[in-house]
Amino acid sequence: MHIKTEQVERHTLAVIVDNEPGILARIAGLFTARGYNIESLTVSEITADKAVSRITIVTSASPPVMEQIIAQLDRLVPVHKVADLTVLGDHVERELALVKVSGTGDRRIEALRLAEVYRARVVDATISSFVFEVTGGIAKIDKFVELMGEVGLVEVARTGIAAISRGAEAA
Amino acid sequence: MMTEKSGADILVEALCDLGVEVVFGYPGGAVLPIYDAMFRSKRIRHILVRHEQAATHAAEGYARSTGKPGVVLVTSGPGATNAVTGITDALLDSIPMVVITGQVPTALIGTDAFQEADTVGITRHCSKHNYLVKDPARLGEVVHEAFHIATSGRPGPVVIDIPKDVQVATARYQKPGPIRHKTYRPQVKADQAQVEQLVDMLAAAERPILYTGGGIINSGPAASQLLRELARITGAPVTSTLMGLGAFPASDPQWLGMLGMHGTYEANMAMNQADLVVALGSRFDDRVTGRLDAFSPNSRKVHVDIDRSSVNKNVRVDLAIIADVGHALEDAVRIWKSRQHPKPDTTEWQRRIAGWRAVGCLSFPEAGDAIMPQRAIRALYDATKARQPIITTEVGQHQMWAAQHFGFEKPNKWLTSGGLGTMGYGLPAAIGAQLGNPGALVIDIAGEASIQMNIQELATATQYRLPVKIFILNNEYMGMVRQWQELTYESRYAESYSDSLPDFVKLGEAYGWKGILIEHRHELEDGIAAMLDHDGPVIVDCRVAKLANCFPMIPSGAAHTDMILQANEVSGTMDDEAKALV
Repeated sequence: MHIKTEQVERHTLAVIVDNEPGILARIAGLFTARGYNIESLTVSEITADKAVSRITIVTSASPPVMEQIIAQLDRLVPVHKVADLTVLGDHVERELALVKVSGTGDRRIEALRLAEVYRARVVDATISSFVFEVTGGIAKIDKFVELMGEVGLVEVARTGIAAISRGAEAA
Repeated sequence: MMTEKSGADILVEALCDLGVEVVFGYPGGAVLPIYDAMFRSKRIRHILVRHEQAATHAAEGYARSTGKPGVVLVTSGPGATNAVTGITDALLDSIPMVVITGQVPTALIGTDAFQEADTVGITRHCSKHNYLVKDPARLGEVVHEAFHIATSGRPGPVVIDIPKDVQVATARYQKPGPIRHKTYRPQVKADQAQVEQLVDMLAAAERPILYTGGGIINSGPAASQLLRELARITGAPVTSTLMGLGAFPASDPQWLGMLGMHGTYEANMAMNQADLVVALGSRFDDRVTGRLDAFSPNSRKVHVDIDRSSVNKNVRVDLAIIADVGHALEDAVRIWKSRQHPKPDTTEWQRRIAGWRAVGCLSFPEAGDAIMPQRAIRALYDATKARQPIITTEVGQHQMWAAQHFGFEKPNKWLTSGGLGTMGYGLPAAIGAQLGNPGALVIDIAGEASIQMNIQELATATQYRLPVKIFILNNEYMGMVRQWQELTYESRYAESYSDSLPDFVKLGEAYGWKGILIEHRHELEDGIAAMLDHDGPVIVDCRVAKLANCFPMIPSGAAHTDMILQANEVSGTMDDEAKALV
């Protein structure tokens, strides 16, 4: 016997929650407990009184499981709202990465030239290194990091996806 | 000017304000201030169990038989971890319960202090919600909110973890008004257009079936009455999950019996052949559906449930109504009557059902002088039905035989661990039920293996003079395990023999119970009568045919139409796909 796998689709969810202790563990634990997968998870307070947080989750699942994920999230007591941005239509997804490269001579010049193409900003520099700040969609950042690999990549820190729907309305 | 009180006093006062009469618990270092506050207040009855797991099951038994939430009080560390099984049990069976756990003082949290466990971490995914209260000023409001969450929507267990310093520190407490939670707002009322649609579908159906579950019981006695009314006016036959037994009377001609793995032939065939399945407070559990792609293949399906996550989880439905099932039933009955629908002609459907019923799927061969377990349940039923007893069970063959052969006429009379399947549930649940229903006859139908999992609770019943009865179907096997080993592993009985059994009669007597041994067929009725005649707690060791198995049975992963009716249809092995299923 072999374990079966099923066809999955990628969805981006915006989950508005009460910012109470343990909320992140509740959300992340729900995903592990029920066997759902998390590709990216970001969380930050979004109100001045720090009472409410927005969690952006990128997950992959078959359509019936996707429906379950949303229903299960919505069932948690501190959850205000779950919006499936992928289903709701057009939305913007952005990620920020800090990319450290080291090198001298041509490699250093090439790194700077590539950074300009990708509109990455230099946020730290030494004689032998740069830290670039780059924002964009996942594919752009993946590609930038891949290119930096050729010219002296040291390490990468990525924020994960923040996403919001296009247009005037809240999701 | 309101005076400040200790957190422990606030807790006790809040519990009193919430109408709590009984708390099941076990003291320990981290709850001493609460125990002292309860001792001084004298307003809440505390039932001292002998193990914290039993406190949770007793609270479940109390809750399920009374409709009120069960309350548990245990200490930190092992007190809390011992309660985890019962908390999970209550989550899976949607039982309203509030569990108060002591915690080490705030300053010691995270230091691996004596009797420290991460209770909120451990119970986060086995409770409906949980709290760690770090401020006594928040405590009263948290307790009220916890009861609101435990008892509303889809009920479940809520854990409140209270560090010892928060129990001692003082603050003001005022009884809060009605709770309007900012995020938690269960949808109770049904969408009327959807109920209209349900009524249309019921009126148009030729082969309808009502498939009911524990949600009807949770909704309250009125929901059971409305279910009876809907069945009467539509003529639809009724089947139920294990958890829903009693919502519809077993003596009614429209009753098909339980469905699913050990359900009746007529219930499963009717599900399979129906053109409309109306699920009412049931959740298409794997024990019910069998092989999903063969489940009720030609029906349209309606699902009424208060929990949106239950909808389309296992089975896709054509119409989902998110509401308290009692409200939805009330609306459906009202709309049906206002439209003056005539009762649909279901003669042909009834004729087919009668044909399946005629198979007599619950019949069993007698075994000479030996007592067949099914016979024992029927004798118990015949001897007690006039008193409408509350029946609790452990988990295994005896549980399924009780579900099949004991008839229930009313809700809140059948207490069993359905979702989690917790051996050791029955005795403490019976204790809780007896406390909530002092005049009732309460019987734990048990197996000789399960009963040993919380046997220490014999002492609790003795201490509080609770006249509960334990009726053990003793076949010297973990019978359901052995049955599966016969079906799947060519009768290799790996560890399923109950060796070194105690003498249950003497064991009962040692705890101050009356013990009765029933060994032969001709002793059965007299033994049961002697059990019922005794005013106090009785343990009956009823020796039954050792190798009897529970049928009908749909093997894991099989379709409703692939039901095994008798033992001689059983093969000795299964393929890996089947072996991997539970």
